[in-house]
Amino acid sequence: MAQPKTIIDKIWEQHVVHQEENKPDLLYIDLHLIHEVTSPQAFEGLRMSNRNVRRPENTYATMDHNVPTRERHIIKDAVSKKQMETLKDNCTEFNIPLADIHHPDQGIVHVIGPELGLTQPGKTIVCGDSHTSTHGAFGALAFGIGTSEVEHVLATQSLWQETPKTLQVHVNGELGTGVTSKDLILAIIAKYGVRFGSGYVMEYTGDAIHSLSMEERMTICNMSIEAGARAGLISPDNITVDYLKGKRHVPGGAAFDEAAAEWLNLATDEGAQYDAVVEIDANEVEPQVTWGTNPSQCVPVNGSVPNPADYDNPNDKDEVERALIYMDLEPEQAIQSIPIEHVFIGSCTNSRLSDLRKAADIVKGKQVSGDIQALVVPGSQSVKDAAEKEGLDVIFKTAGFEWRDAGCSMCLAMNDDIVPPGERCASTSNRNFEGRQGNGARTHLVSPEMAAAAAIEGYFVDVRKFTAAVGG
Amino acid sequence: MEAIIKHEGLVYPLNRANVDTDQIIPKQFLKRIERQGFGQFLFYNWRFYEDGTPRDDFSLNNPKYEGASILVGGENFGCGSSREHAPWAIQDYGFKVVIAPSFADIFYNNCVKNGILPIQLTSEETQAMIKKAEETNYTLSVDLPEQTVKDENGWHATFDIPSYQKEMLLNGWDEIAVTLTFEEKINAFENSKA
Ligand code: SF4
Repeated sequence: MAQPKTIIDKIWEQHVVHQEENKPDLLYIDLHLIHEVTSPQAFEGLRMSNRNVRRPENTYATMDHNVPTRERHIIKDAVSKKQMETLKDNCTEFNIPLADIHHPDQGIVHVIGPELGLTQPGKTIVCGDSHTSTHGAFGALAFGIGTSEVEHVLATQSLWQETPKTLQVHVNGELGTGVTSKDLILAIIAKYGVRFGSGYVMEYTGDAIHSLSMEERMTICNMSIEAGARAGLISPDNITVDYLKGKRHVPGGAAFDEAAAEWLNLATDEGAQYDAVVEIDANEVEPQVTWGTNPSQCVPVNGSVPNPADYDNPNDKDEVERALIYMDLEPEQAIQSIPIEHVFIGSCTNSRLSDLRKAADIVKGKQVSGDIQALVVPGSQSVKDAAEKEGLDVIFKTAGFEWRDAGCSMCLAMNDDIVPPGERCASTSNRNFEGRQGNGARTHLVSPEMAAAAAIEGYFVDVRKFTAAVGG
Repeated sequence: MEAIIKHEGLVYPLNRANVDTDQIIPKQFLKRIERQGFGQFLFYNWRFYEDGTPRDDFSLNNPKYEGASILVGGENFGCGSSREHAPWAIQDYGFKVVIAPSFADIFYNNCVKNGILPIQLTSEETQAMIKKAEETNYTLSVDLPEQTVKDENGWHATFDIPSYQKEMLLNGWDEIAVTLTFEEKINAFENSKA
């Protein structure tokens, strides 16, 4: 019998264009996604060297980072406007399909790829954005690249890449009630740190993973980069196949059955070896809240902020101290004593329909506490439409949330959705870096359910007790 | 891209782990469509107060480090966002070499593509360099063909670099031009899948 292989090895072998010793492989890229922020200099580079886009039909562009999430017909910020116009001009010049700000398919690049069926198992997918790892949920090899590489892919539809080392992240057991895939990935990063995935492509395996929906899987793969891995993926199974059926860019009829069989074949073979393995037990995972300025600085909601005095290594101590000063928290302060001023439900981590449904379940019939600013920003215009058809917008608005148009929004605050200096936000996004949501802003990463419950209570609460107490 | 072979310069020490690209170049400066001019915004939120006046509690503002061209940082340098604006800002500010015990993958690649030499040394080595650079005027000379870093007191270390990256930096290649010499193979690959 042939040597058992991981899905990572299989996809790699299928995409090698050229291979020689002491050199990275030249890898073919099936899908290149583009947004307005990391592409202008790449197109400019093409023009300067008189080069063309090799495969515009394998390229797809949208606007997400900069876009206003209300009154989008008037873009007040002239520099943002210029960047969006530049993308539009570049797509016209090079014949690249674009979902611009007025297009019904517009949305966060990592939300619309799967939604349109552009993201498929076995594909190599790149984008000038580190959260391209999201697409790995489908069993695609998907990773973020820099602008020089964007230009390279535009010109050659390929990239020089070292064969990745493989890392298995095995998750046993099952997640408890009220515990989400967001809590799981935060718990993994809290346990193993922000660089354990560095140099690896990770595959998430185990029953706990394969019982998750596609949207929950995307949340996990999305944050692979927060563990240092450029890519994280999950072998395709029937849940993957069911999700893709009927999607716009997925073949129909007999061609679908053929494709589905190929996809399922890609799954890692029994007995395949990885270069490294880590494990976690899903039963032990509780709802998580980050307290610091990187995603590994995270504890269960019933826990408390650490004490720098407990660290022996002076650099670790220093890092914790700096984080506590930035976050304005006391050593050993209980997480549930932290009051918040903003809530952001959105981003490529948690802005899909199921995320909004779960958050809406929590807020239904209740009111946002005090003068908290609470924002729901759907990941795409089609998520927004679907949510409105179910009346989720009404639930949110009645509870005192703002209901916005699709975009990255307060995940990185490049548009007008900014957390003011010194204020605190419960956010469903993926990065709690200093200044991420606004200069001096303090971010706590949580699941949509936890963010919704925090909006109602005004401080962090254990969503499991919250739903029990109100009979939800 | 400009080639880099040998470089000698003043060290700026930044003793922090997990310096992410959001800190290296905050998002408000990503709206520009040019490649140049990002140096003025390097570490902006650490370097300046809200009103734009420089903070004296951030070491890069210390006149002692004026003209520094070698940045020595902590573990996992350049993590987070893939923004190439980060190496553009580092380079435009005047840095040619970045030394750290570990780098985030995308950042490392982005450096090489722009002719910045990323050097990985052990954390003992980088800690020693950081200490000296904090205490004195510390210069290092870097030799890429030999893969060595030396100081004036005779201390030296060797570093690893993948041979492809090394050649790219030594030759200042236009990588796309190199790849296009494989165009026939790319065509053949596409035809085989069609
Ligand atoms: S939502 Fe946030 S993390 Fe996701 S692509 Fe947009 S800015 Fe990046």
